Amino acid sequence: MEKLGTRDFYGKTLLELGKENQKIVALDADLSASTKTCLFAKSFPERFFDCGVAEADMIGTAAGLSVCGFIPFVSTFAVFGTGRCYDQIRQSVCISKSNVKIVVTHSGITVGEDGATHQMIEDIALMTSLPNMRVIVPADAYQTSAVIRFIAKEEGPFYVRLSREKFPVVYDEKATFKLPLAEVLREGKDVAIFATGLMVHQALSSADILSKSGIEAEVVNVASIKPLDKETILKSAKKCKIALTVEEHSVINGLGSQISSLLSEEFPIPVKILGIEDRFGISGKPDELLKFFGLDPETIAEKVKDFIEKRKG
Amino acid sequence: MATDFINLEKTAYQIRKEILKMTNSANSGHPGGSMSCIDILTCLYCEVLKHDPKNPDWEERDFFILSKGHASPALYGILAYQGYFPKEELLTFRKLGSKLQGHPEKIMLKGVEITTGSLGQGLSVANGIALGLKLKKSEGRVYCLMGDGELQEGQVWEALLSSGHRKLNNLCIILDRNKLQIDGCVEEIKSEEPIEEKLRAFNYNVLRIDGHNYSQILQAFSVFKQTKDKPTFIIADTIKGKGVSFMENNVDFHGKAPNNDELERGLKELDEHIEKIGKERN
Repeated sequence: MEKLGTRDFYGKTLLELGKENQKIVALDADLSASTKTCLFAKSFPERFFDCGVAEADMIGTAAGLSVCGFIPFVSTFAVFGTGRCYDQIRQSVCISKSNVKIVVTHSGITVGEDGATHQMIEDIALMTSLPNMRVIVPADAYQTSAVIRFIAKEEGPFYVRLSREKFPVVYDEKATFKLPLAEVLREGKDVAIFATGLMVHQALSSADILSKSGIEAEVVNVASIKPLDKETILKSAKKCKIALTVEEHSVINGLGSQISSLLSEEFPIPVKILGIEDRFGISGKPDELLKFFGLDPETIAEKVKDFIEKRKG
Repeated sequence: MATDFINLEKTAYQIRKEILKMTNSANSGHPGGSMSCIDILTCLYCEVLKHDPKNPDWEERDFFILSKGHASPALYGILAYQGYFPKEELLTFRKLGSKLQGHPEKIMLKGVEITTGSLGQGLSVANGIALGLKLKKSEGRVYCLMGDGELQEGQVWEALLSSGHRKLNNLCIILDRNKLQIDGCVEEIKSEEPIEEKLRAFNYNVLRIDGHNYSQILQAFSVFKQTKDKPTFIIADTIKGKGVSFMENNVDFHGKAPNNDELERGLKELDEHIEKIGKERN
């Protein structure tokens, strides 16, 4: 399957948007070559602001540009674009309902060798807890383009979580986006697997493995974590009556918590949350790390089986 | 046309009365730092800012950011006196259902450009507006009022570096240098001196004025408007609680409202002052 980078498609799409709309501006904190805002910067230097290594200042500057009617896209790594400037996002963006789009790359453990300091696994928790913030994790590069186009048109704050690694695509160039969005990518009846971001592909692969042992898993791409596409999620939950969630994020207050909250209120069924247990990341190659943290297709499939067995027993 | 200093002073002292009444009625709020900056705000809104209270979103307006959001009573006072909303609403300050939140909120009140309260964030926003205005090739200007305690926030220095680097000559920062912060004297808690030298090194046009002298305040804004190659930073020496004897330089009134007795005595002093405005000078 074709492997493409979500950040590469972000850079390309932002460049296209820059051509189409003079109000689009971009800000970065000394990481434009990595986040791919460099493509926009090269074509529109007057609408690009490198804020240097100063994320708090960058968020405020973006809010100010939005006060003047511009549509700022703010990029850096997930770790710096959330924890480092949480209070600025809270006050200057969310309480103010500023039209600021925070698009971060290098989220999760697949950042790899940089280790715990750079592997952000708490950002979904931080961003979903902010009122007025919408949180989106595209499942691949094509969906990323659709998301970026969508948020440019939609007024108000957004947080979009992208990756460093290129990974297999699950959509094609016809991908579209709306809010809220969860999509069933594989139908099944025995268990519902709700996944987000890079984990959607992993979940689909694990469903292939499970199918060989006679377990038909329904795989749902939960692209918008806030707001949740309740209708789609509940439909799959009602059909399968047992669910797992998979995310490249802490098991605390991420996708799993959102889904569990919804299901416990609307349709209580057993839910197992897969992700990074309550600990920080570690240096290694992205593939090694996915395996180390049990987020490779084989381990996910095993955990799904175990969970189903346990419920039967 | 000659500036009507008498009217400026009368307005500022009327708003001081409102500050006392608002905070007393809310039984909370920050009167001290509101009274130290109200002369500056009065000069700005009455004489300097290009703005239209009937059309707060006017494209061509100048922008004002109250980075020290706890001085909301001062901002609400001047906005009401300028006609952004009825003066009667001032006493709803901090009460359930009011547009006048404890700290100024953009989405609650027209005329507030951005929400402030958590210190240190306003200057970055002002920088963004200044950049946006330049991008739009607009003649508009941005004014940002900060507190001296606020200078201790790291983000302020990030932002100072940004506007100095970008030579944002359409940006004017006013420092309400009242020398007190909640825990005591700024100088003792964390000295910021020498401020002037620091800011000159950051590429600012630094001016120092008496923040209660209307002529000096207006003169400084006029110098700002003529400065072409760098942002302006006005250090306004002020007195916390200015205008009411027992509140002046009294850190207790940073975040404490006057009680009924203090309100009565304060209003009496302010009324006596208003009575004298214009008379002594003649």
